[in-house]
Amino acid sequence: MWLTNSSIGKKVIMSVTGIALILFLTFHACMNAVALISPEGYNVVCSALGANWYALVATAGLGVLVVLHFVYAILLTLQNRKARGANRYAVVDKPAKVEWASQNMLVLGFIVVVGMLLHLYNFWFNMMFAELANSGYAYVGSSIHANDGAALIAYTFKCPVYSIIYLVWFVAIWFHITHGFWSAFQTLGLNNKVWFNRWKTIGNVWATIVMLLFAAVVIVFCIKGLTCSAAGCCAL
Amino acid sequence: MAKNISFTIKYWKQNGPKDAGHFDTREMHDIPDDTSFLEMLDILNEELIEEGKEPFVFDHDCREGICGMCSLYINGTPHGKTATGATTCQLYMRRFNDGDVITVEPWRSAAFPVIKDCMVDRSAFDKIQAAGGYISVRTGAPQDANAILIPKQDADEAMDCATCIGCGACVAACKNGSAMLFVSSKVSQFALLPQGRPEAAKRAKAMVAKMDELGFGNCTNTRACEAVCPKNESVANIARLNREFISAKLHD
Amino acid sequence: MIDSKIPEGPISEKWSNYKAHQKLVNPANKRKLDIIVVGTGLAGASAAASLGEMGFKVLNFCIQDSPRRAHSIAAQGGINAAKNYQNDGDSVYRLFYDTVKGGDYRAREANVYRLAEVSANIIDQCVAQGVPFAREYGGLLANRSFGGVQVSRTFYAKGQTGQQLLLGAYSALMRQVHEGTVQLYCRYEMQDVVIIDGRARGIIARNLVNGKLERFAAHAVVLATGGYGNTYFLSTNAMGCNCSAAIAAYRKGAYFANPAYVQIHPTCIPVHGDKQSKLTLMSESLRNDGRIWVPKKKEDVAKLRSGAIKPSDIPEGDRDYYLERRYPAFGNLVPRDVASRAAKERCDAGFGVNNTGLAVYLDFSEAINRLGIDQVLQRYGNLFDMYEEITDVNPGELANEIDGVKYYNPMMIYPAIHYTMGGLWVDYELSTNIPGLFAIGECNFSDHGANRLGASALMQGLADGYFVLPYTIQNYLADQITVPRFSTDLPEFAATEKAVADRIKHLLSINGKKSVDSIHKELGHVMWEYAGMARTKEGLQTALAKLKEIRKEFETNLFIPKLDGVNIELDKALRLNDFITMGQLIAIDALNREESCGGHFRSEHQTEEGEAKRDDKNCFYVSCWEYKGEDAAPVKYTEPLKYEAIEVKTRNYKN
Repeated sequence: MWLTNSSIGKKVIMSVTGIALILFLTFHACMNAVALISPEGYNVVCSALGANWYALVATAGLGVLVVLHFVYAILLTLQNRKARGANRYAVVDKPAKVEWASQNMLVLGFIVVVGMLLHLYNFWFNMMFAELANSGYAYVGSSIHANDGAALIAYTFKCPVYSIIYLVWFVAIWFHITHGFWSAFQTLGLNNKVWFNRWKTIGNVWATIVMLLFAAVVIVFCIKGLTCSAAGCCAL
Repeated sequence: MAKNISFTIKYWKQNGPKDAGHFDTREMHDIPDDTSFLEMLDILNEELIEEGKEPFVFDHDCREGICGMCSLYINGTPHGKTATGATTCQLYMRRFNDGDVITVEPWRSAAFPVIKDCMVDRSAFDKIQAAGGYISVRTGAPQDANAILIPKQDADEAMDCATCIGCGACVAACKNGSAMLFVSSKVSQFALLPQGRPEAAKRAKAMVAKMDELGFGNCTNTRACEAVCPKNESVANIARLNREFISAKLHD
Repeated sequence: MIDSKIPEGPISEKWSNYKAHQKLVNPANKRKLDIIVVGTGLAGASAAASLGEMGFKVLNFCIQDSPRRAHSIAAQGGINAAKNYQNDGDSVYRLFYDTVKGGDYRAREANVYRLAEVSANIIDQCVAQGVPFAREYGGLLANRSFGGVQVSRTFYAKGQTGQQLLLGAYSALMRQVHEGTVQLYCRYEMQDVVIIDGRARGIIARNLVNGKLERFAAHAVVLATGGYGNTYFLSTNAMGCNCSAAIAAYRKGAYFANPAYVQIHPTCIPVHGDKQSKLTLMSESLRNDGRIWVPKKKEDVAKLRSGAIKPSDIPEGDRDYYLERRYPAFGNLVPRDVASRAAKERCDAGFGVNNTGLAVYLDFSEAINRLGIDQVLQRYGNLFDMYEEITDVNPGELANEIDGVKYYNPMMIYPAIHYTMGGLWVDYELSTNIPGLFAIGECNFSDHGANRLGASALMQGLADGYFVLPYTIQNYLADQITVPRFSTDLPEFAATEKAVADRIKHLLSINGKKSVDSIHKELGHVMWEYAGMARTKEGLQTALAKLKEIRKEFETNLFIPKLDGVNIELDKALRLNDFITMGQLIAIDALNREESCGGHFRSEHQTEEGEAKRDDKNCFYVSCWEYKGEDAAPVKYTEPLKYEAIEVKTRNYKN
């Protein structure tokens, strides 16, 4: 099977899963944005994506995408390290046009995964999983219902440490996407000298909008939480 | 007018692919800056031989930037840094300053084992070429050359792809040891010409398969290859190779 | 004595007649026949590919790491072919005529006609292979003109025509490697040819990686090993180019023909210092739009040399466009030998422009003012870049404006050794006088007479490799089908290998003080001084005396480190050994040829205007030299030239 045994095939898997994950992030960012406008509205969306069969299937699908993207990243990197050989250059002068992100996708990817695990614990575990296993109540906070995503957001980002960790995570994702976006189209062969700059610009704009949406939610809820706790209205 | 410079040169010595290798260091004095880099190494070798030592081995031949034989990794850049992109033999000492430390290393890549010092084995490129880098035409009497009309734009673009000299700087610069720029340039040249279309799918598949088999890495689009290519091959060729390869596989 | 085997009949029918009547080898028998091809340039690669495709088993050798590195790759300008696509009156006859005239009537007529005849096929073949020649907007092939002709018949691929043609031949070769009909031996250098019962039956080659000698047997041996320009140390040849294979054949009894015919290319970047390793050619195509000049006034020359003024400070009226002045009809596009000598004449007269006094200007101001910088850059941009990288001067840069005329930085150029018309003597079938030993491309002497026209070397290499040798070699092999493959254990192989091994042992044991390059430089100086652009009897005699000293120095004071495996000094020493022999041969032939023709200019033989003066009465022949031992003088045989289709005239590029 060419997808799994040729170098370009493996890269195609990376591109396709990567693009799918970008689309998921875009959807996720839009969904989060709802929380800024209306917490109730956000909860409606959350409940729609609760413990339903289609949501579960989608979650599983998403999991497969992440695992594929991750496993092939490791496989390709191992192969690339072998191809590089045992001897390293004593002096390396990186050309100016080589972007930092493009050479550090694996490291960025690891940061993304660690952040994702934290995020799954913070939210997925307390929402979808809790709904299934903990009779509808989140494991954190007192009496936050698993369907009350907005409350969970408020609860989490009230803590500035979490907010900062999330923001760092977003920066890593931004770098990862800015390279991954045009790179995916390049790998799929949908690129040439003209489209090269177009894809790059589209990718940068897209990544920036998506990540700003995510960041906005964190920052807004963090500030809200801080001002509230200063007023002493919602102690832990 | 030429001025003289003095500098320190660190050059890689390695006796065969199994040897660990090390740097030798030497002070070079009063080298005219209109000397080419390889002529500077000739001077170094002349000095070494005068002292009864073995010379520093490196590949070189035409010394006018076209044969692709020279292959030195100078101060962290394949072929060294020049204004317009050039091979090692077209690098002149005026690019360096008095007191510099110049580090000379071989292409380092698993697919290019070191033969001696900075001379490496690039026969893998020939093997990739043999796998499909040609148009199957018999020597004899093909149709008249002007019977095939080729738009100037296509011919020019094919020419740009065909300019690749097979030096291997792309592989040397790539952190993945990938040969995609080399392979894609060859595939692109033929893919752009009507004569090359009948075998385009077969060629892309065969050359990529050989490239993988020979242990080159995977392209992660860092574009380091394009940045160091002495003939300014574009990564747009890599996109074209991907396109040719994927469409060939989808049509299987 | 010398039989050139020219077929009967009118000149235009000789080649078709030959092909119609030659012997062929049937496909089943081709598999049983082995052919060694040494060299992978245009001639070698195209021959190996064509022979492999026909079904012969081919062993192909090159000294570089890949066949694609052969020095044919460096040819810039283009390839001639009598296609008449431009409708400017070109024809096979005209190409033939121009080549014979350009060669100063010293080429073999029948060979040149055949070359012109197959030239058109070469273009077809190369286009079919995917060589991206330059095209017009309508999709048709484009042409440019070149020195020594009045039509546009040169096909080109930017300034890299040689590269593209070689890569075409290389791809055809690699296809045969893939098919298994050609076995490649890279980083191998032929040391000697093995003769069994008077026929060439194999070679001894040295593996340049492990240093070991190896034996290879075959039914025929083809040498495509290029020319001997590096005898002069500084030349436009690649560092590895050498004449060892040809000299090995010469030592085994093959005649060496016309060694004195050495081409000096007019447009090279001048020598800048004593550490220089090679000279870089600037394509002849630059003469299409570039104008060559030196100052009219000596005081300007002095100021230029001292750096007081720049060339762009000299206005049009004070410039001497000496080629346009002397040769109004051809102007800057006179043949190479004429242009080179004219440059030397000006420099000898004290008008040379750089600090060595050995340079003239090649100026694009007029072309840039006429066409605009963009158009000029499109034509020559890569050459301008190359020139700037080497000299730090940009020829496309506006430097001055005098009385409303814009002056750009000119290039500085000077003639340099570029190509050798002489080579192993071959008959019409490209066979040397040793049966089974063939020579093709620059390695043989046949097609260019005393001077080669621009864009004809590529044509000859590919013509020999694709279209001539694959036919003619069959005429030889047809009666070899019953000869079984040879064992390399035969005593002839052992003896030849031992001779080479002993030679190497001797060189390693000299243990003197001098490096190979330092002796090679001395050789180069002597050759350039006394056997270069202008030769005299006394000079050549001095050269021969000095060559003896150099030989002695080489044999007694050479130092080569003793190394297993890669030993680049030994590689060079083995080549230098043969360059010295070659140098002697050049000088002997030059001394012997009492006339001036093409690349061979004897100062004793010139007209009052300083033009070359041929002696058709006494020198209308090919000189063929037979080796008689390292210390003995070679013996000369002559192949008289017979011209049937062309009337022999004095070359005239004036009107």
